[in-house]
Amino acid sequence: MEQPVPPDHPGRVTNRHHRRVGRALAPYLLSLPSGLWLLLLFLVPLVLMLSLSLKTCSPSTGACVMAWHWGEFSSEMSLYHQEFITSLYFAAASTVVDLIISFPIAYWIAFYGGRRKNFFLLMLLVPFFVSFVIRTIVWEFVLSNNGVILGALKHIHLLPSGFHILGTSYAVMAGLAYNYLPFTALPLYVALERIDRRVLEAAYDLYATKRVGFMKVIMPLAVPGIFAAFLLTFIPMFGDYVNQEILGGTSNTMIGTVIQNQFLVTLDYAGGASLSAILLVVALLGIFLYARLLGSRTIEQYL
Amino acid sequence: MTLLDQPTALEVPQLEATKKRRWTRFVLPTYSWLVIAYLVFPIVIMIFYSFNKTIGSMQLVSFSWNGFTSQWYHQWSNVPGLTASFWLSIRLALVSTLIATVLGTMLAIALVRYRSPRFRGKGAFEQVIFLNIAAPEIVMGASLLGLFVTFNIGRGFLTLVLAHVMFSIAYVTVTVRARLAGFDTALEEAAYDLGATPAVTFSRVTLPLIMPGVLAGALMAFAISIDDFVTSNFLSGSSVPFPVWVFGATRVGIPPQVFVFGTAIFTVGIGCAILSIVLARKKA
Repeated sequence: MEQPVPPDHPGRVTNRHHRRVGRALAPYLLSLPSGLWLLLLFLVPLVLMLSLSLKTCSPSTGACVMAWHWGEFSSEMSLYHQEFITSLYFAAASTVVDLIISFPIAYWIAFYGGRRKNFFLLMLLVPFFVSFVIRTIVWEFVLSNNGVILGALKHIHLLPSGFHILGTSYAVMAGLAYNYLPFTALPLYVALERIDRRVLEAAYDLYATKRVGFMKVIMPLAVPGIFAAFLLTFIPMFGDYVNQEILGGTSNTMIGTVIQNQFLVTLDYAGGASLSAILLVVALLGIFLYARLLGSRTIEQYL
Repeated sequence: MTLLDQPTALEVPQLEATKKRRWTRFVLPTYSWLVIAYLVFPIVIMIFYSFNKTIGSMQLVSFSWNGFTSQWYHQWSNVPGLTASFWLSIRLALVSTLIATVLGTMLAIALVRYRSPRFRGKGAFEQVIFLNIAAPEIVMGASLLGLFVTFNIGRGFLTLVLAHVMFSIAYVTVTVRARLAGFDTALEEAAYDLGATPAVTFSRVTLPLIMPGVLAGALMAFAISIDDFVTSNFLSGSSVPFPVWVFGATRVGIPPQVFVFGTAIFTVGIGCAILSIVLARKKA
């Protein structure tokens, strides 16, 4: 067995010194690889994109020159404001639908889920076990003119035979609402689950009825969660283009489709970059408002 | 009001409430099961259509039901592009999960253990992670494409790995950090007191304790990577991952094997999830 080193041994001192330097560096060494990765592949590209939106690119060679071309934003906005409004409308409407659908079930699981809570949460997440694109294709099948739903309803003459949903804005919103429902339901569940039951009991002890307890205790405490759910659903929906391309046909173009086309089809990098920048600003504005109203730390609890 | 009055006064509204709620108490559970049915319904349709016969020689799925066949399960690998894209997605998810889990766990440890004077920039890190999760994916994909085009980096497997690790790190960090928050540092101190080196303490004490969080983070990273469409569509170039291939196929027609792969991924995923719930319940 090794002899224990006495405290005044010189070797021990340098060892301790090394350890102290190592300990001081530890947080930086631990965060360095992720930091570099996020800096080079997340932050730098965002800054680059912002600068790209101010450049002018030659359509023939694709070479871009810095021109401080602020007019790009206004010209893109005048060209594509309709697509922005469509995206805003689709995303807002589908998010509200998701909030209405998922609040009761989130409430039920949080307050009455009992031992089967995990099972019900898994059921809320079940769409995520099928690939996003496949999920959307299946909705195309479900909503098709003679598919499972419309076909059956037409068969019993509840709908006229010319009735269709595919290619309309309703199909896009139905797809969005289905695909992003877990994004709404989970933050709502987390918010409701966190509510201290003793506060509710205190309200009942003070003669609050169930209705009053719900309206005056549960709802106010759930408000940050409702806003977080709204943001976490609205932001990805706003940039989504898969639902629109598969379910919306050629009409109701959303801004995501335009951005994707500019980057991949027409190779208009400056235009695509400025539209993306506007999209990012809209998203950041929502997050900033949330942080100002409800505090920046709270939204992270729902991620 | 005296204390003695309370119990009787309390019972009256409660009794009335239970009488009134006799049938309404079924409303919420019934509604919840209907929502669950709504969530499961398209998946049932997908499995259903994976057994659908096709009409004509093209072998593409059609909206109408043409009769039962298990042909597509026997010929699951008959569409070369689809099979190649599936294995590419698996490889991509494995590589990016491995990198993102290691980096994300390291970052989570740094964020939980060290505060401002010893770890300057902690606040900035937290904001970047939050921004990374909240930013619209199309913006991240587009900006990465801009980066690769600017620096003339060819698009392919490497750029996909770079991107997938980038958007997975934040999710791993958040998941592991949640697990680390309730960590009892006295256990590590005990190991040090017993003469363990930092390396031994980490591998024998810290890592086993945070392993459930690390695994959850890894599963999350894997799921996000294998399902990613938006970013991959910008960066795929010549190597096409599964979701990008399927999306491309919607324009020319979808082979029924797509639903076979969808069903297989669903079965494996849900099987793992149920297994983990059962194991967690047995432990508890």
